[in-house]
Amino acid sequence: MTIENAVRPAERAVQLLGDDLTETTLKRYLEGLPGVDAVGLEQRAAGLGSRSIKTTSKAWALDKIIELIDLTTLEGADTPGKVRSLVAKALVPDASDLSTPRVAAVCVYGDMVPYAVEALGSAHAAGTDQGINVAAVATAFPSGRASLAVKLADTADAVAAGADEIDMVIDRGAFLSGRYGLVFDQIVAVKEACRRADGTYAHLKVILETGELNTYDNVRRASWLSILAGGDFIKTSTGKVAPAATLPVTLLMLEVVRDWHLLTGEKVGVKPAGGIRSSKDAIKYLVTVAETAGEEWLQPHLFRFGASSLLNDVLLQRQKLSTGHYSGADYVTID
Amino acid sequence: MSHVSVPKTYKLFIGGAFPRSESGRVYEVTTPKGVFLANAAQASRKDARDAVVAARAAVSGWAGATAYNRGQVLYRVAEVLEGRRAQFEDEIVRQEGVSASAARAQVDEAIDRWVWYAGWTDKYTQVGGNANPVSGPYFNLSVPEPTGVVAVVAPQDSSLLGLVSAIAPALVPGNTVVVIASEAYPLSAITLAEVLATSDLPKGVVNVLTGSAAEMAPWLAAHADVNALDLVGASALDWVDLEIEAAQTLKRVLPPEEGPDAAAPALARITAFTELKTVWHTKSLL
Repeated sequence: MTIENAVRPAERAVQLLGDDLTETTLKRYLEGLPGVDAVGLEQRAAGLGSRSIKTTSKAWALDKIIELIDLTTLEGADTPGKVRSLVAKALVPDASDLSTPRVAAVCVYGDMVPYAVEALGSAHAAGTDQGINVAAVATAFPSGRASLAVKLADTADAVAAGADEIDMVIDRGAFLSGRYGLVFDQIVAVKEACRRADGTYAHLKVILETGELNTYDNVRRASWLSILAGGDFIKTSTGKVAPAATLPVTLLMLEVVRDWHLLTGEKVGVKPAGGIRSSKDAIKYLVTVAETAGEEWLQPHLFRFGASSLLNDVLLQRQKLSTGHYSGADYVTID
Repeated sequence: MSHVSVPKTYKLFIGGAFPRSESGRVYEVTTPKGVFLANAAQASRKDARDAVVAARAAVSGWAGATAYNRGQVLYRVAEVLEGRRAQFEDEIVRQEGVSASAARAQVDEAIDRWVWYAGWTDKYTQVGGNANPVSGPYFNLSVPEPTGVVAVVAPQDSSLLGLVSAIAPALVPGNTVVVIASEAYPLSAITLAEVLATSDLPKGVVNVLTGSAAEMAPWLAAHADVNALDLVGASALDWVDLEIEAAQTLKRVLPPEEGPDAAAPALARITAFTELKTVWHTKSLL
C-alpha cells in the first residue's frame, strides 16, 4: 500500500526532498538512510566515555554543565511553591559560592509556566540572550496520547503564558507503525502553534523517547524526521521511560545533527534528558558533543541537559574543587 | 593429583562488595620477621570517598531498623565469627607472630566484646536517654539517636580485637562505619569483612579500607559528609591536625588511645556517636 497524501509543507523538507512532498517520498527517504552499526556506535560511545578530565578542564566542564542544564521538575505533585523553589535554585544554584553560573532554563509542565515566569521576574530571558528561559513540556506529555487539537491547544497555551521553549513528544505509536507523515504533520503543526503574537517562534524541542523506539535505526530516522519537520532541538527522552538518555543514543543523534550541519549549514540542538545524575556522566556527554558535533555545540542554544538531581552533584564537585575537601548532601539544597 | 594452593586476593570492602582499590595499588603484608604473607589493596582517597557514599546510603536503613533487629544482626555476626575462628587464629599467628594460645585468646575476647555490644542495642537508649523533669502538663524526653557516618582509624597494633573494639560500638546505635584497618595487620580486617558480608548486615553499614591511614585519614577528617571521627588508632598520625580538620565540619571526635586497654568496652564509646534529641509530648488532651 502506498500512502500518497501530501504532508504539510515544511521548509527544510521541501528543500531536501522537493516540492511534491508526500508521505511516500518522506518514507522512502527515511528508510533509505543507512543502518546504524550498533556495535561500532556503542564502542565509540564507550571510548568517548573513558577520557580522563582533570583539574582546570574539570573545573571548566563543571561550570559548563551548569550553564547547559534545563533544571527540571515534572511531577504530578508539582505546586507553584515547588516551581518557585526550583526557580530560586536556578537563579542561585549554590548560595555558598555566588560565582556559580546560572542554569540555561527551567523546565516545567505547561500550567506551571506562569509561576515560573513570575518567579524569574527580570531574570527571565524572554527572547534575549541574557537570563533564564522557561521551557514547558506540551502535547500531552509524556505519552502524547491526545488529539492534535488538544496538543496544539496545550502548546499555544504554554507559549501564551510566556514559555520560551516547548518540549513536545512525538507520537511513538504512529512512528513505530510507519506513519511518518502523521508524525511529521504533527511536528509541523506544533511548530506553528509555537508562533507568538509578534510572529516570533518559541524554540521547539522534539522528544523522540528513544527508550520506546527499540532500535538505533529508528532513532536515526526519528532524528531526521524531527529535523526535517522543523525541530530546533532533538531531545532523547521524557525521563518517564527507562532507558532514558544513554551515551550511544546521544552520540547517534549528535551525528545526525552534525550531518545536517554539513548538508545545510544549519545548526540543530541536542538535549539528552533523564538518567544523567552524576558530574562524571555529564562530562562524558560534553566530550561526546565536542568530538562529534564540535565544541561550538557546547552552548545553551545547541546543547542542554534535561536534569534535576545532576545539578546537586555538580555543585558538590565544584565545592570539592574550591575547598579541597569532599562535600556532602547537607551542603546543597534538598529539591 | 597434587593440589595447587590458591592464595586469596585481599581486597577492600565497600558497599557490600569486595572491589580492588580504584588506584590499582597493592602493598605487601609480611610476618614480623619479614616473610611475605599476602598482597593487600592499598586504598586511595577515592576509595575512601566511595566508602563514605556507600556508608551514607546505608544510614537510613540501619538507623531505621528496630533496636531489636540490630541486636539480632550483630549477634549473628558473633555467631559467624565463632564459626570461622580457626581462620582468624591462623591469620593472627601469621601476622602478629604471637603464639596460638595468644591468638585464641584474642579471638575469644573479640567475640565476647561483639556479643557484649550486640546486647546494648536495645538498652543504650534507656541508659543514655532521660525523662526530663518539667513544670508543665507534658513529658519532656531526651533520646540518643545515631549521628550518621562514623570514620574510624582502627588500632594499628592489633589485627582483630582492636578493629572489633572500634567498629562494634559505633554500629550499636545505628551509625554506619568507614574504617581504616591496621596498616600492618590488614588481613583479619578483610576476613572480618567476609564475616560481615555473610551475616545479614546490610551492605554499606561497614566499609573496610586497607592501606595507609596517614594518606586517607585527612580526607575522611575533612569530608563534609562524615559525621564523626574515631581516632582511637591514630596516635602515630598528626592527630591534632585531624581533630582541627574535623572541627571545621563539626564532627564528633574520639581521641587516640594506646596500650592494651585501648578501646576497652564501654558504654561511653556507644554514646559518643549519638545525638541527643529532646522532644516534648502532651500528657493528655485535657
